[in-house]
Amino acid sequence: MTTALVPARHYLNDGYGIKSWLLTRDHKRIALLYLAGVTFFFFIGGAFAVLIRLELATPVGDLVSDETYNKLFTMHGVMMVFFFLIPAIPSVLGNFLIPIMIGAKDLAFPKLNLASWYIYMLGAAFTTYAIVTGGLDTGWTFYTPFSTVASTSAVIPAALGIFITGFSSILTGLNFIVTIHQMRAPGMTWFRLPLFIWSHYATSLIMVLGTPVLAITILLVAAERLFHFGFFDPAVGGDPVLFQHLFWFYSHPAVYIMILPAMGVISELVAAFCRKPVYGYPFVAFASLAIAVLGFLVWAHHMFVAGISVYAAMIFSILSFLVAIPSAVKVFNWTATMYKGSVSWQTPMLYAIGFIGLFTIGGLTGLFLAAVGLDIHVTDTYFIVAHFHYIMVGGTIMAYLGGLHYWWPKISGRLYNEWLAKFSALVIFIGFNLTFFPQFILGYLGMPRRYHAYPPEFQVLNVLSSAGASILGVGYLLPMAYLMWSLRYGRLASDNPWGAVGLEWNTTSPPPTENFAEPPEVTWEAYDYGSPVVEEHV
Amino acid sequence: MSDVHAHPALAHHFDSLEEQKEAATLGMWVFLVTEVLFFGGLFATYAIYRTWYPDAFAAASHELDVTLGTINTAVLITSSLTMALAVHAAQLGQRAKIMVFLALTMALGGVFLGIKSVEYYHKFAEHLIPGPGFQFEKEHIRHAQIFFSLYFVMTGLHALHMIIGFGIMLVMLWWTWRGTITAEYYSPIEISGLYWHFVDIVWIFLFPLLYLIGRHAH
Repeated sequence: MTTALVPARHYLNDGYGIKSWLLTRDHKRIALLYLAGVTFFFFIGGAFAVLIRLELATPVGDLVSDETYNKLFTMHGVMMVFFFLIPAIPSVLGNFLIPIMIGAKDLAFPKLNLASWYIYMLGAAFTTYAIVTGGLDTGWTFYTPFSTVASTSAVIPAALGIFITGFSSILTGLNFIVTIHQMRAPGMTWFRLPLFIWSHYATSLIMVLGTPVLAITILLVAAERLFHFGFFDPAVGGDPVLFQHLFWFYSHPAVYIMILPAMGVISELVAAFCRKPVYGYPFVAFASLAIAVLGFLVWAHHMFVAGISVYAAMIFSILSFLVAIPSAVKVFNWTATMYKGSVSWQTPMLYAIGFIGLFTIGGLTGLFLAAVGLDIHVTDTYFIVAHFHYIMVGGTIMAYLGGLHYWWPKISGRLYNEWLAKFSALVIFIGFNLTFFPQFILGYLGMPRRYHAYPPEFQVLNVLSSAGASILGVGYLLPMAYLMWSLRYGRLASDNPWGAVGLEWNTTSPPPTENFAEPPEVTWEAYDYGSPVVEEHV
Repeated sequence: MSDVHAHPALAHHFDSLEEQKEAATLGMWVFLVTEVLFFGGLFATYAIYRTWYPDAFAAASHELDVTLGTINTAVLITSSLTMALAVHAAQLGQRAKIMVFLALTMALGGVFLGIKSVEYYHKFAEHLIPGPGFQFEKEHIRHAQIFFSLYFVMTGLHALHMIIGFGIMLVMLWWTWRGTITAEYYSPIEISGLYWHFVDIVWIFLFPLLYLIGRHAH
């Protein structure tokens, strides 16, 4: 690590100036454009969360009115789900790494990739416009008939923004699928692919199959609101429950768009920091596909109290339990990988451990919600809020940060301050649990979600949660600060600072524009730690 | 980059034109899968309401002009033929023929949209636009609005896809005219053809669902 040198030519110094960025077709630069975008919207969404937790510090609605509160949780959800969680890992880490990991020069369609970023930003602009011109109060789910006839807030521009951003998601998924099929280097067979690639492949399938259904659903809502067309309006015989079916047909698989790429990151981190091949590679790979397929068959577990038949509820309950199987396969295989591994506790591994624990809690509480009887008891309480934050924040964001730290030396060519990074990981872990664990208890005790006031006996747990949120907020600002700092002042990173295997570590840090000086040829298996042919490359 | 004889249409990140063509074709197929799901949401909605309100749907479907619909179906199928001939000409590198067949495809598409606008105008004049001004026999006035909402959104989105197709054809005409399309590099025409055929097939489903099913009941 002492001999690290900056390569003479790399993607960051291949062209300067704003135009070389805004018109780039290099997947690595586009990944950084996305990084700027999703980080910005993450902090916007986070600001809404801060206001929500401030309001809930006291039982009476004293900070904001009930109507403003409705807008706060809606805009928090819309920003975080559509403009951070769904694009974050695929568009930043996936964009940067997929071509490099499979030994390609770029994604299959570089111009389309750049167009995806512009589409994402255009959609974000519309939704931001909705936020500054009166906000949105429908909840991120846009349930009809409230969204079509009752709400007086800016439903149309917000919906249009989500509709547009959906095409960014579709085109990114399309690009990944074609790239993984067509652009693999010689010798890079399907079962030599890093598990990061498998999980992004599964994610892309969901993006391509699910997102268009959300697009058409949003379009129908807009047509109903604008032109008084009747699709979900009971006044003409339409059924609001149909909206929920169509909405969740996308929006439940969307949860797997958020978590599958995270699982791919964790597979990479666990292998690299335990110096072992991922235990049961084919099972972990196929578990990704199984989650993608099963994810399309469970949507109505969001609707157990929406008036669906008992028979339908039973079927969807059983199918929902099935998703636990491939999810558990992954968790058990990661722990089996760690078993007797040479585990080193560097920052990315801390995030990976955090992910495994928090995802397990989020997943197990998901089983509570798959059981119809228990779900009816906790529907629309803080139990469900805690559950999905354990998956989305404890799962996806932990993995995103872990991945960002792991590949930061590759992306930037610089090392961050390891001590500060470990400290931040700990702050985030503590802040997260303090924020969301009390919400499980609150929900179980019966505190409903989406109210700005609550009975005084819930205050202690709510104060704990709000205190945790402030710690969590600091925890998120720290990496932002020291990663930016490292860009200029960090020590230079060697090509392979972790001693990990994978094609991304066989090229320079940062990589050249076409990723490799010589087109690579793969002669080794995935995660083949310890084998002579791989150790030679390390 | 060492290959000084690389084809001008070969992008830097592909090894061969063959690989580039395979990627483009797979990309279009994946996109069409997305489109199937996009229209699939509409077809699912249609199926549910048709099952719930068969009488209203039959009565409402009776208001559509089967003659114009049938003519349009024939026009569109013919445009698929001319598109297929354009692809064939492209494979042989026959520049003039490609341009003639692309122009014919656009012309037939234009006839389709013209007839469609006449139909839309009739519906407008007959107060069959859903909403407060909707007029229909009293028995079905509520549920018939769902039918016409579906009619306008489904045929409207189909027409929008055709207009996008026009844009694609114009680019293809331009590329053919300036000589980009050759017998070695014709995949842009081929995948545009895939798109156009898909738009056709959507209509092949829309026509019976909206115009034909249940007519005999009236």
